[in-house]
Amino acid sequence: MARLIKTEKEVEGRYEDVWLVVEEDPLEQWPAGARTIVGQETVRVDAPQRIRGEARYTADLQFPGMLHTAVLRSPHAHARVKSIDRERALAAAGVRGVLGPGEAKGLEDVAGYHGAPVAAVAAETFAQAQAALEQLGAEWEVLEPALDPDRSERHDDPNRYERGDLEAGLAEADVVVEAEYRTQSVLHNSFETHQAVCRWEGDVLEVYISTQYIWGIRDSVASELDLPPDKVRVVCEYMGGGFGSKNSPDEYTFVAAELAKRTGRPVRCALTRREENLAAGNRNATIQRLVAGARSDGTLTALGGEFVNSVGWSGWNASTDGPMRMLYDCPNVRTVVHGAKINTPPMKAFRAPGFVEGTFGLECLLDELAAKLDLDPLELRRKNYAHATNDRPYSSKNLMECYRRAETHWERRHEVRSRSDGPWKRGVGLASQIWYGGGGPPSYAWIRVGSDGRATVITAMQDIGTGTRTAMAQIAAEELGIPVDRVEVSLGDSARGPFASISAGSSTVPSMGPAVRQAAHDAKRQILEIASQRYDREERVLDLKDGDVVSTDGNLLIPLTEVVGLLDDAQVLGKGARGPNPTGMNVLTFGCHVAEVAVDVETGEVQVERIAAIHDVGRVISPLQASSQVEGGVIQGIGHTLSEERLLDPHSGAVLTQTLDAYRLPTIADVPEIVMDLVDEPDEHLTNLGSKGLGEPPIIPVAAAIANAIRDATGADVRSLPITREEMLRALREAEERAKAKDKVAAGSS
Amino acid sequence: MDAASATTELALIRCTYGDTRTRSVPDLKINGQSYDLDVPVGHSLAQVLREELGLTGTKVACGEGHCGACTVLVGGLPMLSCITLVHTLDGAEVTTIEGLRDHPLVDAFLRTDAVQCGFCTPGQIVSASALVAANPSPSREEIRHAMSGNLCRCGTYPKIEEAIATWNEH
Ligand code: FES
Ligand code: FES
Repeated sequence: MARLIKTEKEVEGRYEDVWLVVEEDPLEQWPAGARTIVGQETVRVDAPQRIRGEARYTADLQFPGMLHTAVLRSPHAHARVKSIDRERALAAAGVRGVLGPGEAKGLEDVAGYHGAPVAAVAAETFAQAQAALEQLGAEWEVLEPALDPDRSERHDDPNRYERGDLEAGLAEADVVVEAEYRTQSVLHNSFETHQAVCRWEGDVLEVYISTQYIWGIRDSVASELDLPPDKVRVVCEYMGGGFGSKNSPDEYTFVAAELAKRTGRPVRCALTRREENLAAGNRNATIQRLVAGARSDGTLTALGGEFVNSVGWSGWNASTDGPMRMLYDCPNVRTVVHGAKINTPPMKAFRAPGFVEGTFGLECLLDELAAKLDLDPLELRRKNYAHATNDRPYSSKNLMECYRRAETHWERRHEVRSRSDGPWKRGVGLASQIWYGGGGPPSYAWIRVGSDGRATVITAMQDIGTGTRTAMAQIAAEELGIPVDRVEVSLGDSARGPFASISAGSSTVPSMGPAVRQAAHDAKRQILEIASQRYDREERVLDLKDGDVVSTDGNLLIPLTEVVGLLDDAQVLGKGARGPNPTGMNVLTFGCHVAEVAVDVETGEVQVERIAAIHDVGRVISPLQASSQVEGGVIQGIGHTLSEERLLDPHSGAVLTQTLDAYRLPTIADVPEIVMDLVDEPDEHLTNLGSKGLGEPPIIPVAAAIANAIRDATGADVRSLPITREEMLRALREAEERAKAKDKVAAGSS
Repeated sequence: MDAASATTELALIRCTYGDTRTRSVPDLKINGQSYDLDVPVGHSLAQVLREELGLTGTKVACGEGHCGACTVLVGGLPMLSCITLVHTLDGAEVTTIEGLRDHPLVDAFLRTDAVQCGFCTPGQIVSASALVAANPSPSREEIRHAMSGNLCRCGTYPKIEEAIATWNEH
């Protein structure tokens, strides 16, 4: 029976009460440790399709009569389009439709950044559509761009946080450190660019889209086009990466939908790589002015920060202060986070938005403090271990265990340093991480078991490349007691399954996994009921195991196919819903990284040689895919730390790094040894699985761990990302001058 | 050149190589099959594979020769199909991912989980197949050297290295 309950829902640390329908009483968690299938290495269930080039991405779809769209984008960082010649464009070869400013959501006559969409043309071929953009003959009134985040307009609602009294905390401190950190803007560069194909089938609008959130697209498109939500069908079977940038529809979807309506033809609107790097979002740059105070024994007395997020022309203000508020047990904390509106492309969520940037600042500051106090950085972190955040206990926290497991890697620092050689100095650094990742309701799944004993998980979620299908298949197979290769996972279509959560915020496994297990349990219960009647056994002595129905007394063993075979073509249908998160608790993920680096102090070159990544994300479902997530996060983190940066022309605000030769992603040659260690302890308060998400945690501590290793190797305080040779040499010079000044003082006083 | 006139120039190039004039490529072999194609001048091999022939296993992630996603073999050597004009290939033998689906590397990538979103993966397989054809037991260094033109935003690199290092061990 459907039960209506009221529960708390957390979004980025803010709690609200929501109504929720759950279907059954909660299931007991499985005991800790690897199970028959869950927690065991399994090959990715959709790997053959992806590797062999059989998987169909949005980019691969072709419909008869499909038109192609090109979008006119502003070549200026700030401008108003004075006129466009729609008629001339409409008359150009192959052109079938033109949209000007205001004719589809996202197309505007005032362009607030280089690449802002203004108009769009649909034609028989993409080349014709691109050629016709010229015929629009856009005339621009160029406006003055605002580009300095420190001097630009600020959002009038900065995020403020305060506990205790920062000034009193600083007054109490024996040692105070202050520093300014800066992080750059980086680009997602998902390999499949943002794109959608829209077509009308009768009165239903079909939207094929590369997205992280099928249901969010459905809602936004339905409300924008004033359609009943069920008249919008959203499909995404395979997608080529998102990293946070594909949570919402944006202009390309609305343009394709509108042009499909006007022309009666299917319409594709796909960004090119250059457009992707202009207008598909970015991790915003930050400025962080931080202060920390501690007693001589290392007890933190004060943490304060003023943060400026350069969110761009639009975009939201991420919690860059999150780590400072949450990671340590410090009585006096005050933060303020400003959003600066400037004429640059709007930010979008990018793998742990805010926390990646904020952890760089905070965890570097902690090491600068440790150096000043002459304390071991690992000890300093243990000393200030938090047991609650804002008076809410954690549903589970095994960060201390992560620290314990970090010791063997931390111990290597003596040996690593001793391998310094000529200009190459070596060192070891560590950094902690805290993040959300508990997921939440609502999320639903169905399971269908056929008379062939095969099961299909049905839910309208999306697999963005993280191994979602695999995790869901493992959970269903475990609960149903059948091999994983007898489970299909049918997802990616809003018309084919129930509501499922967004694939963002490290929430896929913790949100969807429990619903899938519940659905499998429901199907299992029905199968056992059928067996109990057919074979005349009490239901409570029956179970499903290795593809058979068995009795706990051991004297019944009937293949599952025989039991469900009774149904002929009919099927057993199980339903499952994600239950609530534990009330009054913080559900968070934790971890720490230990990095080993080599720095050439003559050239400023930095090489990362090894990273140990230790994380507490509750129960691990798919260890092989988990290791891929960790490696992927670490490698993106290395790019963020050392090579990636969106460059702007400082005068015009034009984006200079639009191509993949100018914007430097890590290559296979840049990858260090990566060691992964997951605590794998189920969170006893969280759902029927005890699992949290792992998508974001592994990128969070990378930059700080590397910067701290650089300090260990050279004594230099790196304070700005990316750590280019220029920044490295600057930090080395500064450290040298500091040492000289100290010597002078020492000489003067002797 | 300012951004606006750069756009103009690009558009003009595309106009000139518009879609109206076609020319034949009478003798192109793709995965062992001969084709006699009549395609617009200026079309890239990637475009012809994906749009004319429906061979969508070859992916295009940048379209300008910077990422390796579109890699195919031409005469056994890796080539970037997004910047190879199809009319230059008359008489050539092309192998795409569709022709390599049963290569043992596919199984090695599967076993080691050398795939996340999968958008770069067909190109990785094609490049790796050229490497192991020339050098069946490449060292880790040789793998890194040969594969550094194939970018992967998801970061499957450690697994790719593992897959290639162990491709013929199973
Ligand atoms: S798509 Fe050809 S190199 Fe990127
Ligand atoms: S697997 Fe996603 S880009 Fe390589």
